[in-house]
Amino acid sequence: MERQSLFAKVMLHLAALLLAAVILTPILWLFVMSISPAADLSAKPLNWWPSAVDLSRYVTLLSRVENSAGAAVTSSLANSLIVAGMATLAAIVVAVPAGWAVSRTPSVGWSLNAVIATYMLPPVALAVPLYMGLARLGMLNSVFSLALVYLTILAPFTTWLMKSGFDGIPKEIEAAAMIDGANLWQTLRIVTLPLALPTIATAVLFAFLLAWDEFFYALLFTSDLRAKTLTVAIADIAGGRVSDYGMIATAGVIAALPPMLLGLLMQRALISGLTSGGVKG
Amino acid sequence: MSSSWLTTRAWLLMLPLLAVMVGVIGWPLAETVRLSFTDAKLVGTGGDYVGLANYSKMLTGSAFQKTLWATLWFALASVAIEMVVGVLAALLLNEKFYGRTILRALMILPWALPTVVNATLWRLIYNPEYGAMNAALTQIGLIDAYRSWLGEPGSAMWAIILADVWKNFPLVTLIALAALQAVPRDTIAASLVDGAGPFRRFRYVTLPHLAGPLMVALVLRTIEAFKVFDIIWIMTRGGPANTTRTLSILVYQEGFSFQRAGSGASLALIVTLMVSLLALAYGGLLRKTAGRMD
Repeated sequence: MERQSLFAKVMLHLAALLLAAVILTPILWLFVMSISPAADLSAKPLNWWPSAVDLSRYVTLLSRVENSAGAAVTSSLANSLIVAGMATLAAIVVAVPAGWAVSRTPSVGWSLNAVIATYMLPPVALAVPLYMGLARLGMLNSVFSLALVYLTILAPFTTWLMKSGFDGIPKEIEAAAMIDGANLWQTLRIVTLPLALPTIATAVLFAFLLAWDEFFYALLFTSDLRAKTLTVAIADIAGGRVSDYGMIATAGVIAALPPMLLGLLMQRALISGLTSGGVKG
Repeated sequence: MSSSWLTTRAWLLMLPLLAVMVGVIGWPLAETVRLSFTDAKLVGTGGDYVGLANYSKMLTGSAFQKTLWATLWFALASVAIEMVVGVLAALLLNEKFYGRTILRALMILPWALPTVVNATLWRLIYNPEYGAMNAALTQIGLIDAYRSWLGEPGSAMWAIILADVWKNFPLVTLIALAALQAVPRDTIAASLVDGAGPFRRFRYVTLPHLAGPLMVALVLRTIEAFKVFDIIWIMTRGGPANTTRTLSILVYQEGFSFQRAGSGASLALIVTLMVSLLALAYGGLLRKTAGRMD
C-alpha cells in the first residue's frame, strides 16, 4: 500500500472527526434535550449543556397514571411490542416454507418476483380498501388487525431474505440426509433449519425494526390507547400543544433506544441483510 | 420424485404466503381499482360508477402538477445527495485511521433511528423560537435573526431534505463500504504498479465494483423517496402553502381528510403506475450497468 504523507493523515482524521460529528450531534442533542431543565431549552442564547440533569420526564412518561402522557407512552410502548412481535412471528412463519420452496424449485421463482414487486406499491394504494374493509368487520383500532396489515410490508422482505439464505445452503446436504433415510420434514428440521438460523435471525431483526418504525397504517387504523403504537403516540405528543419540548425529545429517546441498541448489538446481521441483495448481485 | 410433484409441493409450501398476499395486498389493490371508477365515500355505503371522471379530475386538477413537481424535487435531491455523501463517507471509512471500527459501528445509528423520531427531532431542531438550528447559526454569526425554517416556502423542502439525507446516507455508506471491502487488493496493487493516480484508480478499479450495489441502493432509495409520507407528515403536513406536499400526502388528504375514497383511489393508482414505470426504467438501467461493468 501507499505510504501516507503526514498531511494526508491529518486530513483523513479531520474528515473522520467531521463524519463522527455529523452522525452523533443530532442524536446527542435529542438526548440532551430530554435531560435538560425546561428553562435551559427556551433560553436565549440556548444552553447547549444542561445546567442540571433532569430525569423527571422519563419518570412522567414511564408512569401509568390514568389519562396522562405517561399512560399514552406506556400503553403505546406495549402495543408497539405486541404488534411488532406478532407481525414478525407471522412473517417468519409464512416466509420460511415459501423461501425454501422457491430456493429449491426454480420453476416457481416467478411467484416470488411477483411478491417482491409489491414493494413498489405505495401504502396509500391499499389504505382505502383496507380501512373500509376493517371498518365493516369492526376490526379497526386493534393490534391484531395492525399486525395483519404489517404483513404487507414484512412478508415480501422476509421471504426474499429467507430465499437467499436457503440458496447458500447446498442442496447436496439435504440429498445426503434423504439417502440416509430421513423424510422431508426430518431433513428440514435436522439439517436445513439449523443451518438457516443465522438468516432467520436476520429476518426477525429486520421484520421487527420495520414494524417498530411503521407509522402510516398505524396512524390510519388506530384511534386510542388500545391499539395506538409508539410512532403515533410520538406524533400526537409532537403535534399537540406541549410547552416543554424536552417531553417530545424524551418520548423520542424511549422509542429510539430499542432499535438503536439492536442496531449496535446486531450490526453484523444487519449489514449482511442490507448487502445480501446488493453485493452478491 | 417427479417434477410435477416437486412443483405441487412448492406451491403447497408457498400457500400461507400467497394467502396472506392475496388477502392484504391482492384484494385491497383490486378494490382500489374498482373504487377508482366510482364516487364512493370513505364512510357510508354506495358509490356509483362514474367512468374515468376521477382520473380526469385528478390529472387536470391544479394540485396534481404542483404536487408531482414537489415529489420529484424531494426524491431527486434527497437521493442524489445521499448517494454522493454516502459514497464519500464509505471511501473515508475504507481508509485506515484511529477509531475506524467505532465510527463504522456508529453509522448504523441514524439508520436505526425510527423515521418518526427523526422527523420529530429535526422539527425541534428547526423550531423558529427555540430550535438548535437558529441558535447555532446565530451564535456562529451566519444569520442575524431567528428564522422559521419549516414555515417559509423557500426553505421548508430543503429543511426536510436535510433531515432525510442525514437519516438515509448511512445506508448508502454501509452498502458501498461492503462493496469496497470486496475489491481485491491485488487489483489495487496492480493499478498502483501501473502508475494510476487516485482518480483514475477510483474510476477504473473501484467504481466497477461499486456500480452494481450502488444501483440497487439507488433504485430502492428512489422508490422509497417517491412514496414518502412519514417524514413530511410529521414535519410540515405538506405546508407551508403546499410547497412540501408530495403525492402520498395528496392521496391521504383526498381519501382520508376529505373522505373521497373514489378519487383518492384513482390518484393512488396514478402514483402506483409512476413508481412502476420508474422501477422498469431502473431495471433496464440496472441490466445495462451490469453488462458494461463486467
